[in-house]
Amino acid sequence: MAGSKTWFSRSWPDRCFDLFNFMFMIFVLVITLYPFLHVLAISLNDSTDTVRGGIHIWPRQFTLANYEVIFQYDTLLTGFRNSVLRTIVGTALGLISASMLAFTLSRRDFQARKFISVFLALTLYFSGGLIPVYMLIRDLGLMNSFWVYVFPGMVNAFFVFVIRSYIDGLPYSLQESAKLDGANDFVIYWRIIMPLSKPVLATIALFIAVGQWNAWFDTYLYNGSARHLTTLQFELMKVLESTTTSGSSQDFRGQNMTEVMARVSPESVKMAITIVVTVPILLVYPFLQRYFVKGMTLGAVKS
Amino acid sequence: MEAQTPPASASLGAKSNDTKWRSFCKKAFQQRYLYLMSIPFVIWVFVFHYVPVWGWIMAFQNYRPGLPFFEQEWVGLKHFLDLFTDRYFYTVMRNTLAMSLMGLAVGFTLPIFFAIMLNELRGSLFKRTVQTVAYLPHFVSWVVVAGIVIKLLSIDRGAVNEWLLWLGIIDQPIPFMAKEKWFWWIVTAADAWKETGWNSIIFLAAIAGIDPELYEAARVDGAGRWRQIWHITLPGIRSVIFVLMILSIGNLISIGFEKQFLLSNPLVREYAEVLELYALNYGIGLARFSYGTAIGIFNSVISVTLLFIANGLFKRYANESVM
Repeated sequence: MAGSKTWFSRSWPDRCFDLFNFMFMIFVLVITLYPFLHVLAISLNDSTDTVRGGIHIWPRQFTLANYEVIFQYDTLLTGFRNSVLRTIVGTALGLISASMLAFTLSRRDFQARKFISVFLALTLYFSGGLIPVYMLIRDLGLMNSFWVYVFPGMVNAFFVFVIRSYIDGLPYSLQESAKLDGANDFVIYWRIIMPLSKPVLATIALFIAVGQWNAWFDTYLYNGSARHLTTLQFELMKVLESTTTSGSSQDFRGQNMTEVMARVSPESVKMAITIVVTVPILLVYPFLQRYFVKGMTLGAVKS
Repeated sequence: MEAQTPPASASLGAKSNDTKWRSFCKKAFQQRYLYLMSIPFVIWVFVFHYVPVWGWIMAFQNYRPGLPFFEQEWVGLKHFLDLFTDRYFYTVMRNTLAMSLMGLAVGFTLPIFFAIMLNELRGSLFKRTVQTVAYLPHFVSWVVVAGIVIKLLSIDRGAVNEWLLWLGIIDQPIPFMAKEKWFWWIVTAADAWKETGWNSIIFLAAIAGIDPELYEAARVDGAGRWRQIWHITLPGIRSVIFVLMILSIGNLISIGFEKQFLLSNPLVREYAEVLELYALNYGIGLARFSYGTAIGIFNSVISVTLLFIANGLFKRYANESVM
């Protein structure tokens, strides 16, 4: 490892510690990566061959047939489209609302600042609960509509406070000089604050986007019977549910999928869908990693 | 907008009040963009966060859909009494508390241990690699994680059974997902796998804030690595641990239901159903909205009470608090 120069000058217990630590970390790597690689290997393996067992992290008979099968499945494509759409729309709306609120709350001269802060902070400590929210959404006519994916969770108080504490760290004089140049508050927000807040906005965008992409329960609860509004996670959930140990599946679950599964083994199809659902996350994650650690600790320290 | 509406009380108010109001309105007009940028969202928060709390009234009624609010039948605490006399409620509470406490035990020890070990790691490239990999499962959905767990533990050539057979530890595959008694452990393990890396971030940040001179001094005194961890690192992150612990004790019974919903099957239902699932099944599944709301209120009241108790205890005995 990096400390090789001093390796021999260190004491035995010290070296034992490092060795133990190194082994421990290798163990963590294996435990974390093995399940993903296992699923990937099965998804890329011939489905009749998979039934023989013994696939670990490398496909034995490589094939793309499992993927070809699932991409012929219409509902899955609809789900993919809706998932992408809700991720884009939800992230955009979430970012705009959180950053606008954060900007107004960072303005010490703003009259309603105190009120809005408390009003928002309270939402962190209580919630109406599952059923009142369900009935509200039903009464608002948001059931069986795309908007139920983006509206109910649009403003998140925690994200507002994280962005505000970042804006608080920016020099206030920038705003003042812009004001002297005749810029109104919206222009200041859009032209000065937003560009300077890119790191924190990237963090929050990542959180919202991942949350949107991974959400399935709202589809289940509000749009379960609207085929055209299905999402990828919900489709995966239905497929996984359809053959777990027993026939728990409700009437509408996994109907279409049974025909698809007749052609290749259900296990292989499940694993292929799992990969399709996971890959987008794996693609964006490394690029944003350096941002979110900062954002996470910032938010945690503040709250 | 505010500036154009003259105050109704202006005529009776004292003159100073009047000028105050005027300057308030003038300032409000100057800040109209700030209002425009915040009021729509404040209304939004009111609708989606405050209005549902009003729905709590339903728990004291025999809510029937279609009837206007004032024509609903008032039943007082009936739903709460029903709840506390339902034998299944106690099964549900047992499951909730068991999984919650197991999650609490594992959810603190593992991330703290992992953060400390990461901090002791010398190679920085290796360290970053481990971090990147360890945070990853946090971003994968529970649907995917549940799918992977069910696959790995499957009796039908699941990887865990295959490994155990290969190692000669068992001679028959074990139907993990069908064993009631295993369910709590499976949920806890899945949670640990998904969140340990992510939860370590906060502890890692706390460790980074410890004064390096303390370690220097300890080394001069001949303290080994384990002793340094025990006497410097752990006390150094003590307050972060306490604060997080208070907050998690507040969430003791609101542990969510996602994991349990996705990992369970009818065979293990007796050990899988948690409070929120119970509320969901009764409240929405059976359309007993009032009963479901009562469960939600019970949940909130217990959570707030626990938060205050935990806060008080830690304040008294450890001098740490969140409020």
